[in-house]
Amino acid sequence: MIAGLGPHGGFILAAYLASGLILCGLAALILLDRRAQRRALAALEEQGIGRRSERKTS
Amino acid sequence: MASLIELANPARFMRLSNVLLPWVAGLAALLLLVGFYLAWFVAPADYQQGETIRIMYLHVPAAWLAMMFYSMMACSALGVLIWRHPLADVAQQAAAPIGAAFALVCLLTGSFWGKPMWGTYWVWDARLTSMLVLFLLYLGVIALRRAIDEPSRAGRAVAILTLVGSVNIPIIKFSVDWWSTLHQPASVLRLSGPTIHTSMLWPLLILAVGFTLAALWLHAVAMQAELLRRRVRTLKILEAERLDRLSLQAAE
Repeated sequence: MIAGLGPHGGFILAAYLASGLILCGLAALILLDRRAQRRALAALEEQGIGRRSERKTS
Repeated sequence: MASLIELANPARFMRLSNVLLPWVAGLAALLLLVGFYLAWFVAPADYQQGETIRIMYLHVPAAWLAMMFYSMMACSALGVLIWRHPLADVAQQAAAPIGAAFALVCLLTGSFWGKPMWGTYWVWDARLTSMLVLFLLYLGVIALRRAIDEPSRAGRAVAILTLVGSVNIPIIKFSVDWWSTLHQPASVLRLSGPTIHTSMLWPLLILAVGFTLAALWLHAVAMQAELLRRRVRTLKILEAERLDRLSLQAAE
């Protein structure tokens, strides 16, 4: 396949590889961040911490 | 305007985005698959640039999205400064890393395209330099946000920096017309129509729409993550205040 890309195949593949790494890395970071925040919120709610706990004391 | 602000309610955004996100992701994946198939197996090599034209299918959508996301951030900045809308601040914050990533992709793919075609990875011409400035602006926006602890102050400071930096967007677009640059002039977004052959134009447009949907999907997911983070932060603060009050009552 690289031979089919001609004398500049390395540059083409490098461009696609770099782009794939950056965009997939970004997507992974964002999805992991959302999962971490969902878990943090679930952990707080499991402890009974929510806006209701504020209302009970006021 | 009041109804628009009401529509941009964070809870409503969470509900609506949960419904729409799977559809947007599916459509983006489909368009990217079709677009890359056409770009690699149907579109011909360029008569001058040969197979390196395949880099265009990444480079051009990345450049468009880097500018589009900065423009979206500028609109959100107005929402932050004029209406102080929390969702505008969240939208602005979530857009910055995505825009930065596309700006970096644009710069890197441009370098890998420039070396075989121009004989150099980099040249300080107006188009390349203004795109580098855009990438640095994104980094500046992200750094400024992290440097200020209080979220509403950080949001306003970032909004002002974003609006000041938005002057760079028309400079990027018209740099190839205003100055003599090594970079080629616009060949798709022109008043007189595209100069690129349809066999290359269609894959490019399909990929541009596919990348745009993928980027908007990522943006919505990042906004959800940020809204959840702010909710967690608020709950922790409320809980700490409640515990403080309880300990004060016990001490009395």
